[in-house]
Parts: sequence; C-alpha cells; structure tokens
Amino acid sequence: MMAAEVDDYRDMLRIRLIEEELLKCVQDGRVIGSAHLCIGQEAIPVGACRALKSDDPVVATYRGHGWALAKGVPPVQFIGEVMGRDSTLNGGRGGSAYLSSPDHAFMGENSIVGGGLPMTLGLAMAHQRRATGLIPAVSIGDGAMNQGNVHESLNMGSVLGIPFIVIVENNGYAEMTPSTDLTATPAAVRAAAYAIEAIEVDGNSASAVAEATRRARELAISTQRPVMVEAHTRRLGGHYSGDAQAYRPKGELEEWGRLDPLTRARSLLDPTVAEATYQQVVAEVADAFARAAQLPAPLEEEAMKHVYAN
Amino acid sequence: MVAALNAALRASLDRDSKVLLMGEDIAILGGVFRVTDGLVKDYGEQRVVDTPLAESTIIGAAVGLAMRGYRPVCEIQFDGFVFPAFDQIVTQVAKLRVRTDGQVAMPIVIRLPFGGGIGAVEHHSESPEAYFVHTPGLRVMAPATPADAFVMLQQAIASDDPVIFLEPKRRYWDRGEVDLAVDIAHATPMGRARVTRSGSDVTIACYGPMLRTCLEAADVAAGEGRSLEVIDLRSLSPIDFPTLVASVERTSRLVVVHEAQGMASVGAEIAAVVAERCFWSMEAPVIRVAGFHTPYPPNRLEQHYLPDVERILDAVDRSLAY
Ligand SMILES: Cc1ncc(C[n+]2csc(CCOP(=O)(O)OP(=O)(O)O)c2C)c(N)n1
Repeated sequence: MMAAEVDDYRDMLRIRLIEEELLKCVQDGRVIGSAHLCIGQEAIPVGACRALKSDDPVVATYRGHGWALAKGVPPVQFIGEVMGRDSTLNGGRGGSAYLSSPDHAFMGENSIVGGGLPMTLGLAMAHQRRATGLIPAVSIGDGAMNQGNVHESLNMGSVLGIPFIVIVENNGYAEMTPSTDLTATPAAVRAAAYAIEAIEVDGNSASAVAEATRRARELAISTQRPVMVEAHTRRLGGHYSGDAQAYRPKGELEEWGRLDPLTRARSLLDPTVAEATYQQVVAEVADAFARAAQLPAPLEEEAMKHVYAN
Repeated sequence: MVAALNAALRASLDRDSKVLLMGEDIAILGGVFRVTDGLVKDYGEQRVVDTPLAESTIIGAAVGLAMRGYRPVCEIQFDGFVFPAFDQIVTQVAKLRVRTDGQVAMPIVIRLPFGGGIGAVEHHSESPEAYFVHTPGLRVMAPATPADAFVMLQQAIASDDPVIFLEPKRRYWDRGEVDLAVDIAHATPMGRARVTRSGSDVTIACYGPMLRTCLEAADVAAGEGRSLEVIDLRSLSPIDFPTLVASVERTSRLVVVHEAQGMASVGAEIAAVVAERCFWSMEAPVIRVAGFHTPYPPNRLEQHYLPDVERILDAVDRSLAY
C-alpha cells in the first residue's frame, strides 16, 4: 500500500510545486496573462487518473493543469506551453487555459464553462461505436452545473445510452460567488433527474477519489449511461492568478487550509520517505522550469497556421 | 433538390464508414424536409441518430466524434435553431484545429435549411450566413441547384474542415438534372464560383435561393437589350474573388444580391474587396440588393422583404446610370 501513497503524494506535490512556480511566472512576466490554478484540488485529478485507463480520454476546464499532468503530459512541455512557448503540445496556441495533448488522451482544457461536456459525449459515442472499452471522463466545476450544455449532454447521454464519467469538482466557489448562492440543488441530487448514478466523495483524498472513479467506471459500463462523481473539495487560492480574494470571509483560508490534501497525503508517509520524495520533486520541477524556459517562442509567420486543413 | 441531397448522403455513407448523421427527427421521420428519408432503414441507428432537442449538444457531440475520426453530418431543422448551437460552432468547432496546433481535425458538416419564401415564421426563414462567414476556421457553402446540392454536399462531407452547409429551403422542391455518376473529385472544386450566365453589361453575384431569381431578372433584362452576367458564388467562405474580379473587370459593374440583411453582410464584404481590387476598372459603385434591417417579417410581408426581379432590375438601372 505504501507505494501507492508515495505515488499519490509525489504526483500531487508535482502539480502543487509547478502551479506555485507558475503563479510566480504570471507575476514576473514569464507567463503572459493569467492562470487558473487547482491548488487544494490536486487529489481529484491524481486520484481519478489512477482509476482511469491511460487511454481513457479526459476533457478538463481552464483549471485543468492537474489533469494534464496526471494524464502524464511531460512537465517541460506542459510548462513551456503555459509560457506560450513553441512546445510539442500546442506550439503555444493552447496556453494555460486551452492546452491539450491528444497523444496522452488529454483532449484539452476549455474556457467555456460547461463547454467540454458535449465533446465528451461525442468521444464516448465514438468509443462505444468502436467497442474500444475506453470510457471518457470530463471534469467540470460546480458552477458549470447551471449551464445548458451540461443538462443537454447528461440527458442525451442517458437517453442514447452512452457511457462516460462527469467529475464535478465542488470547490466551494464559482469565481467569486459561493456555490450555494448559485445552485438550487447539489450536483449529485440532479443526477437522479437524468436517471444516472451519482457518487459523492471526499475530493481531498486521492485514494477515495480513485475508489469512487473506479466504481463510476464500472457503473458507466454496466449501466451504459453517464455516471456522475461529485468530489467535495476546497479551492485554496484565487479563482485566477490575479484574484485578491477580498470576498472570502475572515479565517476561511486558514480553516480550509487544514483540509489541504497535500498535508494529508504527506501525513500518511514515513517522514524520511516523505522528505526524500519532497526533495526529489523540488529538484525535478526546478529542472523542468529551467528547460521549459529554453523552448523557443512561436514564430510570427506561424500565426495564420492551422485555420484550415490546407 | 431534396432527392439530390438524400442521394449525396447515401453516396457519402457508402463511401466512408466514418460518416454518420445526427439530428432531431432525422431517423424515423426522415427529417422535417425528408432529406434523410429512408436512411435509417438502410444504414441503421448507429449511423443515423435521432437525438433529443438539444442543438448545442448535437454539434458538441459531433466535436468529440470528430476527435476520434468520425465525420458527423448534423442537421439543424431550421436556420433560426442554429443559435443555441452557435456557442459550440464558434467556440469549439471553428477553433479546435488552431488551438491544438493542427493535431485535431473537425470534419463536421452542419446542414442548415436557410432563407425565407415559404410563408413560415421568423425563426424558420432566416439567413444567418454572415455570422459564420465572419468566423475563421469555418467553410460556408450554399448550393443553388439540385446538381450542385448533390456534388457540394459530398464535397463538404469529404472535407477535413468544418462546413456550414446552407440549403436554400424554398428551392427544396426545385427539379433539375443531376448526374449521379459524377466524380466529386473532378467536379467544380469546393470554394469555386460559377458563371451561370455570361453577359457583358453588369455582373450579378448571388447564391442559394437568389440564383433562380437573378436568372429570371437576366431574362427580363435581355428582353430590354441588357446583358447580365450571373455568378453563382456557391461558396461564401472562402469567397471566390478571382472569378468575381475577372468578371467585374470585363463588365465594370457589380450588383450583389442576397436575402440576408445588408448590414455587415456577405454583400458588404464583396463590395469592399471588389472596390479595392477593381477600382480602376469600375464605372459604378457596387450596389447591394438585400433584406432590410429588420428581423424576418411576418408572412404577409415577406414578399416585400425578399429581393425580387424588380428590385434586382432597379439596381441594374442604378448601376448603368453612372
Ligand atoms: C460560458 C462562460 N461563462 C462565464 C465564464 C466566466 N467564468 C470563468 S470560470 C467561472 C466560474 C466557474 O465556476 P465553477 O464551474 O464552479 O468552476 P471553478 O472555477 O470553481 O473551478 C466563470 C463564471 C466562462 N468562462 N464561460
């Protein structure tokens, strides 16, 4: 068991350290624009990707850095892409909020809230028709539960009998508004309205998320319908890199911080192993940033590329 | 024309097992205009899919299917119902190739019966082409005849780019000769306009439902001793400017005709580009004959709104008066 716990800690830590450094990059100009970080939510992508097959396609949101890395996208190319450099992922066209790596079955982030649901349904239709046995998964925030596309896709998936997994990361906020002010009924309650199964899980435990996703995957296959996983978590940073978070009640971050999934993952480890892992990931991430900074900038003459097939 | 479109779908389903049709009431019913009539019987429910009423997700699901190598052909029942899907078309379909640095293709066709003239209400009579023409990454095509409908729909389905395929709904019942043996690879290529009628006095550029009206106008003008050259644009994105420019350089005059409102329209773009490229050969400004700047009117007023022979000939007179 120990090995799995070390892996969880290492993979979550890698995401955390990369995002913390990316936040500095936004502040010092190495990254142009903004970034939406998943600090506090890392256990969800890490846990879910443990249970998914490596070829199961994953679709994420602008808060999708953790998903890309958990799908195995190489950190150097990932960081270079977020920096807008000519990475092997999308040549800087994806950036923080839109990057993808079809080679890793990471079908992309999406900046349209709820926009990833319909394409996940389509991916699932394709895999069902080809009988590949693969089950696509999509991550969305709790705020996205109020988007028409999400309802349309869950309903269509249910009536057409298409298996995929929708993972709702309920992180307490949609932008600057508490989720409970925006959403009439919790996500898992709504699942019943589409006649699909829902599983609620502690989203701050990678092993719990892995177990829930494993069950969801089995249910998707046995029911031949979408399955929802609602993972309860806490966003431990701003909505985006420039968010001053003045809307947070006093003391909330300290209280939520006590639930930090990374602290929890580390507490499960032998302290010597934990420290050795920590040092190893620190070195790995520093090296990745150094190498990513060497990637060239995209060429101006390529700005018109890929609008059409030819 | 409906039969030609149906035959084009059959040919495409036969040619490529990755082609699949999706839409509301397209399978069992065969589509409200019967374009997909009988297809589910011959190709099965896996390839001819009746979906719930959810345009955005019909198009969005096509995106996921395209990511895995399928060639979805989506039917939107009427022009005005494309707007719930506008989000997916503009934010995903048009942009995924660029966003993924060319790794993901979007060979999706969105079939859209468009235009007025059938006595239907507002959202069943619109001409929304300019929204799509404005969007990089989309191709926009509009056949005017059964023969072109047969060829162009197959070309659209075979294309690796997403195509908004505008079917001129009031010409659905037009009859015309269709060569079912035509080889689409050797037919008039996608993106190319056609000089349907040669003439020397004024060039008329049009597409879709307006071609028939413009040809009628050219007949009347011929009786008055005026020779109109009628160009069927066929493709609205890209627009075949070389063909247009060559014609205007000969006639020195251009009238553009479409049902869509004139404001920021295909006609406006053509007027701007032709003015840039043909300035020294022109004897008159480009004149547009278009729908008025109002939502599509109720059916007792639509004949006033739709460009007709008289309005086209007025525009020709104005052009020749310079
Ligand atoms: C269609 C659309 N509307 C609005 C926005 C602006 N926006 C970006 S993130 C966000 C909140 C989404 O909240 P939630 O789904 O809970 O996800 P979270 O950001 O908490 O991960 C909003 C409103 C958007 N990106 N897309």
